[in-house]
Amino acid sequence: MKTSDAVLIAESLKGRFAEGTYSRRARAVLEHRRIAFKQGHWIVVASGFVEPILYLFSFGYGVGKLVGKIQVTPGHWVTYAQFIAPALLATSAMNGAIYDSTWNVYFRLKYDGTYKAMLATSLGPLDVALGEIGWALFRGLIYATGFTAIVMPLGIIKGWYGLLAIPAAVIIAFAFASIGMLYTTYAKSFAQMDWVNVVMLPLFLFSGSLYPLSIYPDWLRYVIEALPLYHGIQIVRCLSLGIIQWSLLLHVAYFVVMIVVGLTFTTKRMRALFMR
Amino acid sequence: MAISDLTRRGSLQIIDVAKILRNGSLYVAEARIRNLLQWKWSIVGEAVANPMFYLLSIGIGIGKIVNSHQSVGVDGVKYLTFLAPALLAATCIQGAVGEATHPVLEGFKWQKGFFAMNATPITGKQIANGVLLAAMTRVTFGCVVYFSALYLFGAVHGLHSLWLIPLTLFAANSFAVLMMGICAAIKNDDLFLNMVQRFLIMPLFLFSGTFYSLSSMPKFLQIIGWASPLWHATEVGRWISYGHHISHGALLFHFSYMAIMTIVGFKVAHHHFVKRLAK
Amino acid sequence: MSTIGPAAGGKEPLIIARGLRKEYGDFTAVDGIDFQVNRGDSFGFLGPNGAGKSTTMRIIAATLTRSGGDITILGKDPEVRGPEIRAHLGVVPQQDNLDNSLTVEDNLYVYGRYFGLSKKFIHGKIEELLAFAQLEEKRGVKVEALSGGMKRRLTIARALVSEPEILMLDEPTTGLDPQARHILWDRLFRLKEQGVTLLITTHYMDEAEQLCDRLMVMDKGRIMAEDSPANLIKTYSTKEVLEVRFGSDRNAQFADQLRSMCDRIEVLPDRVLMYSDDCETLLHNVVSKGMQPTTSLVRRSSLEDVFLRLTGRSLVE
Repeated sequence: MKTSDAVLIAESLKGRFAEGTYSRRARAVLEHRRIAFKQGHWIVVASGFVEPILYLFSFGYGVGKLVGKIQVTPGHWVTYAQFIAPALLATSAMNGAIYDSTWNVYFRLKYDGTYKAMLATSLGPLDVALGEIGWALFRGLIYATGFTAIVMPLGIIKGWYGLLAIPAAVIIAFAFASIGMLYTTYAKSFAQMDWVNVVMLPLFLFSGSLYPLSIYPDWLRYVIEALPLYHGIQIVRCLSLGIIQWSLLLHVAYFVVMIVVGLTFTTKRMRALFMR
Repeated sequence: MAISDLTRRGSLQIIDVAKILRNGSLYVAEARIRNLLQWKWSIVGEAVANPMFYLLSIGIGIGKIVNSHQSVGVDGVKYLTFLAPALLAATCIQGAVGEATHPVLEGFKWQKGFFAMNATPITGKQIANGVLLAAMTRVTFGCVVYFSALYLFGAVHGLHSLWLIPLTLFAANSFAVLMMGICAAIKNDDLFLNMVQRFLIMPLFLFSGTFYSLSSMPKFLQIIGWASPLWHATEVGRWISYGHHISHGALLFHFSYMAIMTIVGFKVAHHHFVKRLAK
Repeated sequence: MSTIGPAAGGKEPLIIARGLRKEYGDFTAVDGIDFQVNRGDSFGFLGPNGAGKSTTMRIIAATLTRSGGDITILGKDPEVRGPEIRAHLGVVPQQDNLDNSLTVEDNLYVYGRYFGLSKKFIHGKIEELLAFAQLEEKRGVKVEALSGGMKRRLTIARALVSEPEILMLDEPTTGLDPQARHILWDRLFRLKEQGVTLLITTHYMDEAEQLCDRLMVMDKGRIMAEDSPANLIKTYSTKEVLEVRFGSDRNAQFADQLRSMCDRIEVLPDRVLMYSDDCETLLHNVVSKGMQPTTSLVRRSSLEDVFLRLTGRSLVE
C-alpha cells in the first residue's frame, strides 16, 4: 500500500463512526490470525470438533439405551442422541470461542506484545477486538459445519431448519468470544485465567445439556435459565428439532446483549491498556 | 563492601553418595511436591469440585432418568452405584497422566529442569521415578477426596469398598508411567500431548464402559475398552464395590493387563529418560 | 602437545583426558584431545562457537558419553560412575535452567537436596550463598522476576551449594551487560582465591585473561595450544600490536609494503594489524614512507592476536 493510500483511508474515516477506535480494518487482524494458524499446530485446532462427536456417540448410543426417549415439548418425544446433539454443538461453539478469546488472547496481551504492535499502526482497538472475535467465529463456523455434516446423515439433526443450527452456533460463539475477551483484558494472572476452565465445566454439565431441566427443583432451574449456555442450547435444540417458537427471539436477544456489552467494554478496556 | 566468604569443607567431606543412590527419587519427588504446593488451594478446590460436578450432573441428573426407565437398575444396582467406580478411576487416571506428562515437557523442553537435576548425582531413572511419585501423591489425595464424596453421596457402601482406592491408584499408575515414557521419547511433545488428550484420553473416558456397560456397545467399539486401563479398573472396581459378576479368569486378566502395562511403562520411561538426558 | 604426568608440577590431578573424542554421526565435535586439570587450577577452554568446548565440558560433567579415548575425573570413569563424579562437581550451564516457578531460596534448597544434604546444612548454606551472590533481598522472589545478571549469579550460587571440588562454568558471562560481568568476575575470582578448582569455557579474551591460570585454545574440536595466558602471548605474538586503518579499499593495497616492515601482519576487512615489539617506531616508519593511516592505535598483544595467529580467524565474528 502506498503512503498516499494510507492517508486517503485515514482522511476518509475522519468524523466517521468510532473515529480512532475503528478503522474498518479488522480484516488485517484476521489475516494475522490466519497466517499464524497455518504456521502453528493447525491439526490441534482443526480436530477440535472430534470431541463433541465422540461425546455424541458415547452418550447418544450407550446412555441412550438406558434412558430411552426424552420428552421435549408435550407429546414430542425424541431419541437421546437427538436430545444431546444440539447441546454438544452449542457447547463446542462456546468452548472454541472461549478458548480463542481467553488463553490465546491472554498470551498475545501479556507476552507476545502483538496488540501493542498492532495498535501502534492505524488499527484501532475495535479492529483488534473484532479481528480476534472474527477468528473465533470462523473457527466456530468450521466446527459447527463439521459437526452438522457428520450428524445430519445419521438423522440426528433433521430437516432444513436443522441447518439453521450452524448460524446459531456462530452467534453463540460471537457472544462468548466477546465476553471472554472482555474478561481477559481484566485478567492479571494465570490463576485468574484458570477460573475460566472452572466455570466452563459446570456450565456444560448443568445447563440442560444431558437431561431436561425439568428434573431440577424450581429455584435451580431459574438459576440455570439465567446463564448463557442454557440459551445457546435452547436455540440450537429448537432449530434442530424443528420447534419454531417466539421464545427463540428471546434467546437471540440474550446473545445480542452479550455481544454489545462485550464489544463495547473490550474496546474501552483495550484503549485504556494501550492508548494512554 | 564486605562480602562474606563461603565456609568450606568440600564435597568429599559432606556428601554421602550411597545415600543419594538410595534416596534420589525421593529428593526429586520432594522438589516436585514443593512446586505443586504453590497451587495447593487450586488442587484442593479441583479435588472437591470435580466429584461434585460429575456426581450431581451425571450420577444424580442422568441417574434420575435412567432409574425411572430401568426398573431393575443398571447391572442390578442404582445408576449412581454403577457409575461410581468408573468415575473414580476415570478421574484419577486422567489426573495421573496429566501430572506425569506435563512435567516431562517442562523438564526436557521448556525449563530444562531435568538437565539441572542430572548435573547433580541424580540419575535419569531417579528423575522418572520421582516425577511419578509426586504425581501419584497428588492423585492419592484426589482419590481419597473423591472416594469420600462417593461415600457421602451414598454411591459406595461398606468397609470393603475402601479397596477401590488402591485399585484405582494401581490403574492410574500403570497408565501414567507408560504415557510418561512415551512423552519422553517424543520430540514434538506438546503437539503430542494435545493429540493424546483428544484422541486417546477422551475416547478412553467415553468408551471404556464408564457410563454404561461395555457389552451394550457394538463389538468394534468394545475393542477400545479392552485396550483401556480404565475399563480394566472399572470392571474390577464394580466387582469390589457392589459385587458385579466377574470370573476368576477375567479378574486375573484385568490385573495382569495393568501389571504388564506398569512394567513396560517403567522400562520405556527409564530408557528414554536416560537417553534424552545424554543427548 | 601438552605434558601429561600424574604429578605434573607436584599437584594432584583431578581430570586426565587422553585422546578424548566425540562424534555425532559424521560430525566430529571433539577430535582426540589430551589435557589435564590439577587441584586448584583455574583452567579455561577458549575458542569460538562450535569449537567443542561445551561438548568437552559435558563429557567431564558425566552427562554425555564419549565416542573414544579415555577420561577420568577424580580418578573415576564418568561412564561407569557418573553419580559419584557428579556429586563433586558444581555445574553452571550455558543457559540458566533454574526453576522459574520457585523462589530464589527454594531453588537453592531444592538443588541442595539433590545432593542428599540435610535441611539444616542447606539452610545455613543458603544464607552464605545469598550474601555471596548479593541476592539477600531477593530471597523470597520468584526466579522469573530476576534480571539476567541475577539469574546468572543464582545459578553459580546454586552450583556451590554442595561445596564442589570442581566448579564448571560454561560461558558464564555471555549475554550479560558489562557491569553484571564485572560483578560476576569478582565472585569467581574470590572462589579462585579460596582454592576452588575452576573450569571455564569462554569466547571472551578479557574473561580468559582475568580468570584463567591455564588456557587451552580450541578450534574445530582440536587443541591449538595450551599454556598460561601470558606465555601464550609471548609464544604466539609480539609484545605490541599496531592497528592501522587506511579505509576499506586501501588496506589491502598497502599490505605488501606493510608486511616487509614488521614481523607479521594480519589484514582484516576494516583494519591491518602489524606485529612488532616496538610499535611506536613502526608507526613512525609507516608514516614516513608516505602511508598516512586515517586512524592508528598501538596496544599490547592480547589473546585475540594469539587466536588469530593460531587459526587465521577472529574469535568473535
